[in-house]
Amino acid sequence: MSETKLQPLAVAQHETEYRPGRIFVATLKRELQLALRRRSDLVNPLIFFLMVATLFPLGVSPEPTILMTLAPGVVWVAALLSTLLAMDGLFRSDYEDGSLEQILLSPQPLFIVVLGKVIAHWMITGLPLTLMAPLIAVMLFLPAEGMSGLVLSLLIGTPTLSLVGAIGAALTVGLRKGGVLISLLVLPLYIPVLIFGTAAVDAAVTGLPLAGHLALLGALLALGVALAPIAIAAALRISVSG
Amino acid sequence: MADPLLQVVDLFCERDDRVLFEHLSFNVFPGEILQVEGQNGSGKTTLLRILSGLSRHYEGDILWRGTSVTDSADVFRRELLYFGHQAGVKAVLTPEENLAWYAALDSGIDLKQIPKALHAVGLTGFEDVPCHMLSAGQNRRVSLARLYISRAPLWILDEPFTAIDKKGVATKEALLLEHASRGGTVLLTTHHELDLSRHVRRINLDELSGT
Amino acid sequence: MAGKNWMPRWFYQLASPRWCYQITGKLLPGFVVATLLLITIGTVWGLAFAPQDYQQGNSFRIIYLHVPAAYMAQSIYMTMALAGAIGLIWKMKVADMVAKSCAPIGASLAVLALATGAIWGKPTWGSYWVWDARLTSMLILLFLYLGIIALNSAIESESTAAQSTAVLALVGLVNIPIIKYSVDWWNTLHQPATFKITERPAMPPDMWIPLLILVIGFYCFFAVTLMMRLRNEIIRRERRAGWVRELLMQQRG
Repeated sequence: MSETKLQPLAVAQHETEYRPGRIFVATLKRELQLALRRRSDLVNPLIFFLMVATLFPLGVSPEPTILMTLAPGVVWVAALLSTLLAMDGLFRSDYEDGSLEQILLSPQPLFIVVLGKVIAHWMITGLPLTLMAPLIAVMLFLPAEGMSGLVLSLLIGTPTLSLVGAIGAALTVGLRKGGVLISLLVLPLYIPVLIFGTAAVDAAVTGLPLAGHLALLGALLALGVALAPIAIAAALRISVSG
Repeated sequence: MADPLLQVVDLFCERDDRVLFEHLSFNVFPGEILQVEGQNGSGKTTLLRILSGLSRHYEGDILWRGTSVTDSADVFRRELLYFGHQAGVKAVLTPEENLAWYAALDSGIDLKQIPKALHAVGLTGFEDVPCHMLSAGQNRRVSLARLYISRAPLWILDEPFTAIDKKGVATKEALLLEHASRGGTVLLTTHHELDLSRHVRRINLDELSGT
Repeated sequence: MAGKNWMPRWFYQLASPRWCYQITGKLLPGFVVATLLLITIGTVWGLAFAPQDYQQGNSFRIIYLHVPAAYMAQSIYMTMALAGAIGLIWKMKVADMVAKSCAPIGASLAVLALATGAIWGKPTWGSYWVWDARLTSMLILLFLYLGIIALNSAIESESTAAQSTAVLALVGLVNIPIIKYSVDWWNTLHQPATFKITERPAMPPDMWIPLLILVIGFYCFFAVTLMMRLRNEIIRRERRAGWVRELLMQQRG
């Protein structure tokens, strides 16, 4: 045991430098790797999305004219609920196996790690939902003119949903019954995105210009990227501290 | 004697209307191994979580190299290695990938040292096996491998020997001594009888608890 | 702790639950009297002496309950978020208690605003619920309150609960203007040119003065309920402190 296996101690006062880009890429890579090894997490929100959308023709009416007017809202609400469903797991597994503590104690800026996690989460939920949305829109007889509006609005809107939802996930991560609570906390905050998102689809269907709606969704996204990681980081420190 | 690395001044903490400790003050110097003792529920884990900066439910001051840890959290975190109840090992990742993630979190870690560290904790041959296929003890070892690659001077270890076999414990004890002899500091809790008792200073929380 | 010294002295005194309990004890009677006076005067004036509305007749008089309640529901949210932020930044226990005491008061006033809005809706629109922009915003505000109350009661540790709800309240505070704007916008998009119940360009002084009195009265009412809840909360949390025991001994005689 006398041979030195240990690394030399860090010289006091820190030659280590910040490389935010590196930790961001590393987080993204890790999260995607984790998701790919647990495929069911990847597929479940998509199945849920399809099922919720199926309920409406069954519950309301299979009449194309009725479904046509409902379609933008139904697709958006279903997408919103699917994102929410996947949200609870965002920090939970890290919390349970102790990885979250290690992330909080690392010298890396927490909001960058958090942003990386949320973006990775969006890539495995929001993005597939966006890509799947036209399929559901066709089943609900959304006119072809509305497709571009639907895909674009979801593309810009779902990242905001992930960012806001992550605040709820961070606040409830220490609680056993976080699942229902997170919906209560987050759904009211989702309303602006829902309003502008469905309005964008409606505009596309009626042939009105889209740019204004998409710009509003973009503004919400910009605000979310700037502020949500700070709130998420603060919420995580509080939850783990408790 | 050199300046203390860590100073704890008049620490107070209560949990569920029970005072765990009050007026708790002590200094930790470079090269020291400090064992926190106490019965179950005496607040050992709570104390270590407070000292590491995870828990903020306390009153009092904690100074690292003379400045408050809340003011210089970044500096402190760069010099801290914390080992908690949960190993912090992702079950679907391999030991190598787990350690690579730690290297990303702590830029002081050299990636090239990872195979050596896994060898040192006896996980050679398991580098590419997902951790959920390893035993509980092996999972703890994956996390303990961090001790070999980290350059942090302060180690805070909460029950590091749980689920580790006798031989493993002996190796780890030698490791702690080595860390202390190079100027590092260890704060730990453990239920194991340590062989290195004469090198260890003890703090007993039972004597400090209030009503 | 370092960096705190630039705050004025009264700010620290507020941080002491004992001082806070004593000062609210002194202020409380005055506010109770003011509340009773203002609300009585405002109500009698508004219901009995203010002129009828030329369009709605007497049914408009519910405005004297609806508008103050709606104002208060919004102001209380601001107070709560502000108190939460103070508690979060300066670790001030009293601020946490203020924030916690605000939530149920705000939620009940939001319910009152919604209920009076619905009752008013029946004679005005012919149905109890219309997706009017203001009512919808109020409903969402109620949801925000309910979320905060739910989170607060789900977390066992008191200080963690206070900090978590403070973060949520601040997130909600940032969102409220966005929600309000989006709901207004959604409303004009779907039902243009409906009759807005609370937007009346020219109210005669006989109508708005009692309204103003009632709004101030409701503020005082909020102050009274907040102080009463706060005092309860202080006593409950400080029950093991020496001064609380002395106080209880004195009261028992």
